[in-house]
Amino acid sequence: MNLKDTPLWEVFVRSKNGLSHQHVGSLHAVDATMALQNARDVYTRRAEGISLWVVPSNAITASDPVDRGEFFEPTASKVYRHPTFYEIPDEVGHM
Amino acid sequence: MYTQALNDKDPSPAEDTIEDPVLAERFQSRIDQELRIEANDWMPAAYRRTLQRQIAQHAHSEVIGMQPEGNWLTRAPTLKRKAILLAKIQDEAGHGLYLYSAAETLGISREEMESQLLTGKARYSSIFNYPTLNWADMGAIGWLVDGAAIMNQVPLCRCSYGPYARAMVRVCKEESFHQRQGYDIMTQMAKGTAAQKAMAQDALNRTWWPSIMMFGPHDSDSSHSEQSMAWKIKRFSNDDLRQKFINATVPQAEYLGLTIPDPDLKFNEETGNWESGPIDWDEFKQVLAGNGPCNHLRLSTRQRAVAEGEWVREAAAAHAAKQSARATNKEEAA
Ligand SMILES: [Fe+2]
Ligand SMILES: [Fe+2]
Repeated sequence: MNLKDTPLWEVFVRSKNGLSHQHVGSLHAVDATMALQNARDVYTRRAEGISLWVVPSNAITASDPVDRGEFFEPTASKVYRHPTFYEIPDEVGHM
Repeated sequence: MYTQALNDKDPSPAEDTIEDPVLAERFQSRIDQELRIEANDWMPAAYRRTLQRQIAQHAHSEVIGMQPEGNWLTRAPTLKRKAILLAKIQDEAGHGLYLYSAAETLGISREEMESQLLTGKARYSSIFNYPTLNWADMGAIGWLVDGAAIMNQVPLCRCSYGPYARAMVRVCKEESFHQRQGYDIMTQMAKGTAAQKAMAQDALNRTWWPSIMMFGPHDSDSSHSEQSMAWKIKRFSNDDLRQKFINATVPQAEYLGLTIPDPDLKFNEETGNWESGPIDWDEFKQVLAGNGPCNHLRLSTRQRAVAEGEWVREAAAAHAAKQSARATNKEEAA
């Protein structure tokens, strides 16, 4: 068994033109070509997609869940970024 | 069943039961609020371990589960049936992959899981240690085994651990085809010649009890699932799921004109449940202990497949190394 040396890839599928690629899972493969073929065989057996991306898992930099509060703090405190923060008089109608 | 691992006692030492109480409380409250836990979130060591064991066992079940059906691939009665069976088995390989990937997010390597299976350290569902003796077994397996799996897997789509829940959503989408193709085989055989009907009945006779054993011991005998319930890994008890399965299956057998091999099976007007006769738990324990009719065959077949595939993995790795060396050379020359 030498699966350990086989890199892990993350698989993204675009289900149809007009939609973005979405993460669907991961798999092991020695290179990008094999990763694409395996991804096709495993993740698109029922016409789930028309385009595939495979990305080496170790190429992804993720935010740390421990710092979640701090890291995403600006989104919580800036309520004025949302349209609902502003009151438009009824007379003005839809805006 | 595929959650049989949850019926076992957590075998690890108590050392990591000392958790930061603040983190532990926050964790449980997230679970109570039906929030999902994701791969990099803090989680109690026992939660991680339980899931690693559970998801790995589930993955092993999908992989080993290809063997009983693989046994009939070359002897399928028609090309259509062969193509369908092949597609079904291919799905099971995919299920294994989704699940291994989900387990890997918990920090256990694919290699470690695979070696646990190959050395007999890890279990897989007891059901796959029975032989497939006639073609109708392909019908009975799809109908009953995949049917039981669906009962068990649908609630797992809401499991508290995000990657496992998402893998289950994919799996469940595919399982419905598995059960229907099985029932389709049974329908055709049950409506066929007397000999075909007898084969269907024979398959039902042998598959029935092992199928309802898949749900694991009675609730009164499986005290270990309480924690899994609190963690929302498990949502329904073994007996609840088993009852649901029996209630759904009895009318289906009736439609086929086949008899469920349980002379004590009776309908309870009050509860609306079909109550089964006593289950032979000795048989279940024997199969789990490695003494089922096919335990040895299943494991040795898997070991042989891995050994015989070694050169393929080596060749693929060598090819990838060569390609990447060539690419580097070209870059340097340019
Ligand atoms: Fe499956
Ligand atoms: Fe299945």
